[in-house]
Amino acid sequence: MTKIDSKIPEGALAEKWTNYKNHQKLVNPANKRRLDIIVVGTGLAGASAAASLGEMGFKVFNFCIQDSPRRAHSIAAQGGINAAKNYQNDGDSVYRLFYDTIKGGDYRAREANVYRLAEVSNNIIDQCVAQGVPFAREYGGTLANRSFGGAQVSRTFYAKGQTGQQLLLGAYSALSRQVNKGTVKLYTRYEMQNLVIIDGRARGIIARNLVTGKLERFAAHAVVIATGGYGNTYFLSTNAMACNCSAAIECYKKGAYFANPAYVQIHPTCIPVHGDKQSKLTLMSESLRNDGRIWVPKKLEDAKRLQRGEIKGADIPEEDRDYYLERRYPAFGNLVPRDVASRAAKERCDKGYGVNNTGLAVFLDFSEAIGRLGEDVVRQRYGNLFDMYEEITDENPYKTPMMIFPAIHYTMGGIWVDYELQTSIKGLFAIGECNFSDHGANRLGASALMQGLADGYFVLPYTIQNYLADQITVPRFSTDLPEFAAAEKEVSDKIAKLMAIQGKESVDSIHKKLGHVMWEYVGMGRTKEGLTKALSEIKTLKKEFWSNVFIPGKADDMNIELDKALRLSDFLEMGMLIAYDALQREESCGGHFREEHQTEEGEAKRDDANFSYVACWSYQGEDKAPELLKEELNYEFVKVQTRNYKS
Amino acid sequence: MWLINSSVGRKLVMSISGLFLVLFVTFHMAMNLVAVISEDGYDAVCEFLGANWYALAGTAVLALGFVVHIVYAFILTAQNRRARGNQDYAVSERPKGVEWASQNMLVLGLIVILFFLLHLVHFWGKMQLPEILGEYPEGGIDLIQQVFSSPLNLVLYLIWFVAIWFHLTHGFWSALQTLGWSNKVWFCRWKLIGNVWATVVLAGFAFSAVVFYVKYGLLG
Amino acid sequence: MDKNISFTLKIWRQRGPKEQGAFETYHMEDIPGDTSFLEMLDILNEQLVEKGEEPVVFDHDCREGICGMCSLYINGHPHGPATGATTCQIYMRRFSDGDTITVEPWRSAGFPVIRDLMVDRSAYDKIMQAGGYVSVNTGAPQDANAILISKDIADEAMDAASCIGCGACVAACKNGSAMLFVSAKVSQLALLPQGKAEAARRAKAMLSKMDELGFGNCTNTRACEAECPKNVSISNIARLNREFIKAKLAD
Repeated sequence: MTKIDSKIPEGALAEKWTNYKNHQKLVNPANKRRLDIIVVGTGLAGASAAASLGEMGFKVFNFCIQDSPRRAHSIAAQGGINAAKNYQNDGDSVYRLFYDTIKGGDYRAREANVYRLAEVSNNIIDQCVAQGVPFAREYGGTLANRSFGGAQVSRTFYAKGQTGQQLLLGAYSALSRQVNKGTVKLYTRYEMQNLVIIDGRARGIIARNLVTGKLERFAAHAVVIATGGYGNTYFLSTNAMACNCSAAIECYKKGAYFANPAYVQIHPTCIPVHGDKQSKLTLMSESLRNDGRIWVPKKLEDAKRLQRGEIKGADIPEEDRDYYLERRYPAFGNLVPRDVASRAAKERCDKGYGVNNTGLAVFLDFSEAIGRLGEDVVRQRYGNLFDMYEEITDENPYKTPMMIFPAIHYTMGGIWVDYELQTSIKGLFAIGECNFSDHGANRLGASALMQGLADGYFVLPYTIQNYLADQITVPRFSTDLPEFAAAEKEVSDKIAKLMAIQGKESVDSIHKKLGHVMWEYVGMGRTKEGLTKALSEIKTLKKEFWSNVFIPGKADDMNIELDKALRLSDFLEMGMLIAYDALQREESCGGHFREEHQTEEGEAKRDDANFSYVACWSYQGEDKAPELLKEELNYEFVKVQTRNYKS
Repeated sequence: MWLINSSVGRKLVMSISGLFLVLFVTFHMAMNLVAVISEDGYDAVCEFLGANWYALAGTAVLALGFVVHIVYAFILTAQNRRARGNQDYAVSERPKGVEWASQNMLVLGLIVILFFLLHLVHFWGKMQLPEILGEYPEGGIDLIQQVFSSPLNLVLYLIWFVAIWFHLTHGFWSALQTLGWSNKVWFCRWKLIGNVWATVVLAGFAFSAVVFYVKYGLLG
Repeated sequence: MDKNISFTLKIWRQRGPKEQGAFETYHMEDIPGDTSFLEMLDILNEQLVEKGEEPVVFDHDCREGICGMCSLYINGHPHGPATGATTCQIYMRRFSDGDTITVEPWRSAGFPVIRDLMVDRSAYDKIMQAGGYVSVNTGAPQDANAILISKDIADEAMDAASCIGCGACVAACKNGSAMLFVSAKVSQLALLPQGKAEAARRAKAMLSKMDELGFGNCTNTRACEAECPKNVSISNIARLNREFIKAKLAD
């Protein structure tokens, strides 16, 4: 069996990263100018990496599918970014952030990676402030913090409800500066379609120009993918419409392992689904759980009347309300981690206590906070979120409690990377949500921004040099090499095949079916039976797609249906991969919940003896089951225990 | 030269020349009020502002202000038309909070110029111009009498004043905004000051015009 | 509950930047009021694809009002009838049964049409590249709390920084001016101590890039502010003017 080497440096936990940096190979400035790096994606990870590599003197080619780097979906993160600054003097430390992240991730993340993440978290805040990110401040001029799910300290830095936006604009500014200097060349409205491998090393990509429809070849000494997660496999998610997993899946098909695909985060506070024409779910920031209380009726008949629309939430008296998170988890209450909160909501709704017409919603109530703080303070804190809620639902959350339900939000799984963020293909790196590295089986709130920026600003720019130091004598590659021609032909053949089908179904209609299967069987509660069924249904859908999809227009032209079809072909692969992984993981941990494996109280039951590993999936060919490889997780520094948010 | 090449520079020229004209209009109104109060006083002022070197210099500067303001208005409008592109919106609606005047400054300006020319023919052409040419100027009060005895002229002048009022209400705060002397608080203050100022000045003009008409048209 | 409505859509269709465009009319039947405007266009596109026609191309992505991608001029307003909202945040309950809804692309020389309702806003990136940043390399700057910034200043900078770069200000401006966009970025960084060191250089560089790219001269009509989905204020334009004039006078 293939041995998986995660290249974790020797030494004490707190010294690993310093030791690594002290001993890694570097590239001198003259040589940096001769080395090209492709960075695919311009979200927090991609933009920060491209900017930092450009600053160092590498020649960077940076790609994004939107019209500008600033559109990447990192921009939609609302709540904040964690750092172990301990500005609030509440006992925070690098170790505590590390520990909370490991625990939040249900002991399925690598200790060394997570410790490094916690270590650089403080540099991120310093860097972002230096760039002019307008974080919230106290009257005395110091930085303000708020608390977030899964932590007992206030370590979350924020910029109104738009932290992701401000951090992304900071990275985008840094990137723009490098574009101006000529170190980064930007390609907008381009989508990566294939990876080019020469002599076992990633040396370039094939990208499709989304305006002209033409395929173009790009060569470099190393390729970095920062293309985000695969949440849109479920069709309905909080991801942006263009978010997709094609770059990751194409790398997987070329030999990069895909790790832990079953770890999908379902966010507890989203606006419930309202109709079958819906294209996108809207997230309400987790920060709402700071002041909002989550409840359903105690009495089933009240729930039924709510579902029929006969009464409103406000009509139910205090004593008939079940604040089930506060009841079940007294220590953390409404601030339990996302996976716990989501499952608890599902549990209540499954039992029939749902509060809207579909029975798939719970209340998030601010009446207590409004009473305690006054409407003005609540408006100041959450006004923009309340306005957004009202526009979408036509209900005033100051008067009636909000309705929320969990939705697919983030994917902890991703392309497998070692400590250096290098994938199992030499010269191919994966950063940000696109890789699997730091969140284990569940991500804590305000940690995605932290990881994206950590990878892009402070980790990859170092570790990639350890690889590139050996490449300084390698001249630039010509894109006329047969490897480029072959990779391009793979894509053009695929496109030709898709265009030739001329079937009867639209891309979206098949995607919706996929989403339905995924949510039903590979969603919040999974069973062996359901997952087996999902696999066979996705296989059927895949056949349906490749024989009956209809794409109007031409291949070598702007064609938004073709764009979507190419993405869907990879979502179908991804769906199967998630199901395979969920099926093999006979335990419940973090975002992965197998109904066969729960305690009597309905809590997740982990199986550390048999499943304390990273599941790495290796592609075996079209229509063949992928091979499972295991990277054992050795906890040297933290005692593995059952997560407890009760006391 | 940044006053020509940059958009803010060009706007700065508009703003300063505009404010200069605001001052001029204000002084002019004050002079008219003098005429209402005392005909002799008015004639004295007219004489004082005859073809002396200082009056001529003042007139030249004033004319320059007008020319610059008008020439820049045309340049800016031409550039803005080009920036707007060739295709117009099929449907467009003025958003809330946008004054009609602000989007029609050129049109208002053109109306103002047309009447201004008429005004030059009525007064300046018979006062300072002949003096410059070495001819004998007519008396200020005599001219007022000639012009304002006609109801048609009164109406024309009143229309003119309305156009100037609209032009000034936008122009005033806009000029200060362009100078950068504005923020959320001062924006409201400037707007109020501008509106009051424009109203006072134009009411002064209208008042004197009506008084003259009553005096020389109805009663005369 | 929201009721269903039927209405007529007049949508601008244009093959390419150089080609002649025209309005096409589509009838939409029984659209629920809780459908978002873009979901309504998705429904139209599904219908077009079912008929074998090419769908209407429009920019959209996050659909929660923050990415700045969506850019439709609906019934005479950028981002449609609501204030303080993007196109993706408009719901069909705002319209009435029997309405005719006219949908156009942003129209400005600075934003040429690519296809149908999709325009090229790369000019904004170019303006940002000219100076929309603080020149600091990734590394180890001073501790974040070493720079004290009063809450008022931080909040004001945040308000300026909330610009999403959608281009509605240019689309709304009769002069095709990008001043609100430029001023928002210049203001954010001019307000904060981190950005002050190169404030003069930034104001000059970004403004001259804006002029060079063919955007118009601001005449303070305030249409930009009225239509801005993030309510960015024209007081930022005053600050840009001030910064620019100050910088030029200092030269």
